[in-house]
This record gives sequence, C-alpha cells and structure tokens, in this order.
Amino acid sequence: MKRTFARITPYAALSPMALTVIVAYVGAALWTLRISLTSSRTFPSGEFIGLAQYQRLFDNERWMLSLHNLAVYGVLFILACLAIGFLLAVFIDQRVRGEGVLRTVFLYPYAMSFVATGLVWQWLLTPGDGIDGALRAWGWHGLHLDWIVRQDMVVYTIVIATVWQASGLVMALVLAGLRGIDPDIWKAARLDGIPAWRVYAQVVLPMLWPTIATVLLLLSTAVVKLYDAVVAMTQGGPGTASEVPTKFIMDHLFLRSNVGLASAGAVVLLVPVLALLAPYAYARSRKEAT
Amino acid sequence: MTPPIIDHSAHPAIPLAPVPVRQVAVRKRGRRLTVARIGIYAFLFTAALFFLLPLYVMIVTSLKPMEEIRAGGIFALPHAATLEPWRQAWSGVCTGAACEGIRGGFWNSVLITVPSTLITILVGAVNGYALSFWRARGANLLFGILLAGAFVPVQVMIYPLVRVMALAGIFGSLPAIVLVHVIFGMPVMTLLFRNYYAGVPQELFQAARIDGGGFWRIFLQVMLPMSLPVIVVAGIMQVTGVWNDYILGLVFAGRDHLPMTVELNNVIMTTTGTRQYNVNMAATILTALLPLALYFVSGRWFVRGIAAGAVKG
Repeated sequence: MKRTFARITPYAALSPMALTVIVAYVGAALWTLRISLTSSRTFPSGEFIGLAQYQRLFDNERWMLSLHNLAVYGVLFILACLAIGFLLAVFIDQRVRGEGVLRTVFLYPYAMSFVATGLVWQWLLTPGDGIDGALRAWGWHGLHLDWIVRQDMVVYTIVIATVWQASGLVMALVLAGLRGIDPDIWKAARLDGIPAWRVYAQVVLPMLWPTIATVLLLLSTAVVKLYDAVVAMTQGGPGTASEVPTKFIMDHLFLRSNVGLASAGAVVLLVPVLALLAPYAYARSRKEAT
Repeated sequence: MTPPIIDHSAHPAIPLAPVPVRQVAVRKRGRRLTVARIGIYAFLFTAALFFLLPLYVMIVTSLKPMEEIRAGGIFALPHAATLEPWRQAWSGVCTGAACEGIRGGFWNSVLITVPSTLITILVGAVNGYALSFWRARGANLLFGILLAGAFVPVQVMIYPLVRVMALAGIFGSLPAIVLVHVIFGMPVMTLLFRNYYAGVPQELFQAARIDGGGFWRIFLQVMLPMSLPVIVVAGIMQVTGVWNDYILGLVFAGRDHLPMTVELNNVIMTTTGTRQYNVNMAATILTALLPLALYFVSGRWFVRGIAAGAVKG
C-alpha cells in the first residue's frame, strides 16, 4: 500500500503540468481548431461548414493587410535587432570602460512593458509636439517626422519602438556567447595577423550559431505575438494601416462577435510558430539521442 | 591551423624572428587602436544616448506644466518643475468611467502579481524537481509540449479558456487571472528549475533516497533549501512578466481587478480634449517603475534569468 502510494507521488506532483498541457494548451488549441470549422458567431455553434471560415479569412482585406504588415514588420524588426544587438555586443566586448553601465543602459528597455514602450514612443513621435517639433524648432523645416499618422509609414514607427525595447536582449545573449568563445582562437588569429573584423565575421559568427538560432526563435515568436505595442501606440491606425493578425483575432473575438473567423485566424497564426519550432525540436531530440 | 606551427619549428631562424616582428605589430596595433578605440567609444556613446532618450523625455515631460509642453521643446528641461502631473496620474486622472488615478490599478497589479508569482514558482520547482530526479513516464513529452506552448500566441488558446472559466463561474475575477498567469508562466519557470536541478549531482539524490526520503521530503528538506539562487531569478522573471502583462489582464481580470498596464492604456485612450502629455508620462513611469527598479537593483540576476531561460531552451 505504502509502496504504490510512493510510486504514484511523482505523477500526482506533475498533475498540474499535465492538466495545463492537456487542457489549457492542447485541448484549448484543438477546440479553437474545431470552432474554426463551424459557423460560430457570438457563441460557438455545432454547425460544421468545412473550410469556409478560412476562405472568408483570406478574402478579408483587413486580414490580408494585417498579414502583410506583420511580414514587413517581422523582417525589419528581426534584422534591426540582430544587427544592433550584435554590434553592441561586439563593441562592448572590446574591453571598454564602463561595461556594466553600458550593459545596463542597453538592456533596461527590456524590463519595460510593451504598453509603456508603445506609449513613450507614441509621445516621442507625436507630430508637432514630439521630436518633430524639436527638429522644427532647431530649424530643420524640411523634415516632417509625422510617420505615426501616415498610413504608409506607421509600421516603421512600431519597428523603431520595439527594436528599442528588444535589441538589448540580443546584445545580452550575444555577449554571453562571445564570452564563451575560447580565447586561444583570438591568440591564433592575432599570430596569423588576421584583422579582428574578419575573425568576427568568419570565425566567431559561425561559432555563435546556437546563440543566433535561439535569438532568431525568440525574436520571430515575438513578431507573431506582437499585440500590446500596437494597441498602445496606434490602435491599428491610422485607419487600418497598422493592423496585425493578433489584433484582428482579438477584435473579432470580443468586439465583433465573429468567433469562427477569429478562430480560423488563430489557427493560421499557429502554423508559422509550429514551423519555427519543428527544426528546434528536431535538433533537441537528436542531441538527446547521441 | 596546424601547418603554420610545423613550418615555424622547421626553420631554425624563426625563433629569433618573432621578437622584432611582434614589437612592430604591437606598436602598429597600439597606434591604430587609439583611432579605433575613439570610434568604439563614439559608437557606444551614441547608442547609449539613443537608448536613454525615451527615459529622459519621459521624466522631463512628466515634470513640466502643460503650457511648457505646448510651447514646444520636447528635450528641454522643465523651467518650473512640478509634481502635479504625478499627483494627477496617481490619484486624479480618469481611467474610463472613474477618475481616481491609476493607484487602483497599482494595487490590482500587486494583488495579481503576488499569488501569480508564488504559485507559479512553486509549481515550476516541483515540475523541475520531478523531471530531473523522478522518472515519470511521459513526463518529458509533456515538458516538450509545455515548452512549445510558451512560443504560441495566447490568441490560439484564449477563447476556449474564457469559455471554460465562464462555465466554472470564475471568469473575470482574481482567481481567473492568477490561474491564467500560472498556466502561461509555467513553461519558463519549469525550464529554469529543471536546468538548475540538472546541475545537482544525482549522488546527492540517491543518498537521500537511501536514507529513506520520499518525494516530498527530499524536495522540501534537500532540494528547496539549495534552490535560493534559482528562486531569486525565477521571482524576478515572473514578477516582471506578470506586471508587464497586458492582454491576459485585459481579458481575464474583470472590471474590478484590471492591472496597471490596462488602466494606463485606458488613461491615454480615454482622454478627452487636449492630451495631458505630462500626466500620461507620469502614469507611464509609475507603471514601469516596479520592473525597472527590480532591474536596476538586480541587474546581474535579471540577465542570468534571461540567459538561463532563453539559451538553454
């Protein structure tokens, strides 16, 4: 009696995790998938209509625009974060003074919420009163920093704000990677007279591949999840110019009473995430097998 | 890499050569370095300015009366600095229907963050411990799915969770938002503890087993007491994550328990007439203050948490 009890204890202890995975993650995702195949409006309905919601979704101009915005945003956000984070890490790694202060300065935005980040940048980029006004006061009349109210430029303002928030993370992770590199490589390179930038580009960068893969995974899932910053900064505007898929889903779930369409959107968002995770899971399982 | 070494040893004249060569190289490098180093510092200094700019603007804006803001000069220091916007933001500004400032949101966030942090850390610690030392069948598969869940947008799960909680009668309440934070905080917390316990020697666990320790006794008397470092890191990460959350609070907390981030956004969106930029910025600083303070006080631990949570994922 006591032994069977002892044997099931670990299972009992893991039951919160099992419940979370089975009910809240897998179960909820499957339910969302199911709803996306029905004609649900305000409440879930049992009437199956096949893939009609998906057809509606991809005929929906607002959804297509939000996908397009996300693609533009994602490419620019990831490239800018990688470039800035990598440069900062490499420059900090040159045995500079005040390294601790610099690291703190570059990473503090990461401690701020997306809402606070969005609101600060909204104020900075407000035409007339923000940086725009300061530029004009300094006599640069040709420059109009009115991107946040221009339909063709508003996406870039969200890129700027979120890059400011997240590139410190890339810096911290890359710096940790750089510190883990064998110092003998630098000695060897110096003896061979290879310039530092070439060592970084051709030796260090390939060695940092695991770090870069992690950073890429973190950044790209952050792209798919992008929501708070848009709501705080532009509310999807002007018009629908800065709509993103997550906001489309939230609006259709809770404001527009179109649960079926929203669920179809959520399932579509799940696809790139799983595609990103697949190679990662594969690498992990191979590493564990050896 | 090897051929040059063989080359060097093959030439008897070489051992003398490195000395002058290296001296030249060092002098050359030294001269070049000064120029390069000025460039390095210039780059880092400019970057630091860019990163600090929003913080500076936030602070000076929050200390200015509206007339000064309207007069322009977002970067100018305040002429007649005032704390009135801060008072307004804390206890006077309208967050939707009521005009009682964002202090209500602050206390709601405290009420949400404390249990969400404690419970999630406890569950994460038990998970990590069980995963590292007790071979429960299927546990690693569950853990893999749990980790994958951390990367999925909450929109995929949110509607079914709302329905289930409505059925259970807790939707829009404090228990609902705490439960949701436990659910979505579990992957990273479990990962932190699992990685930490992976570094604990198995012999220690075996010895405790031989001494007759059971699952909970070993956890409480052996593992937990030596988990202080990871508990601190986990606490920092979870407090920051819960405090900064917006979407879960918006959906699950209900009208009476809206967290500070949601109230802050309401402040800025519900302003009628001219925008009170100074009050808005004071409210924004107030909302960001706790995670920022936590970060500035615990900088190294914060970085360690990110590294432990991210790199080993």
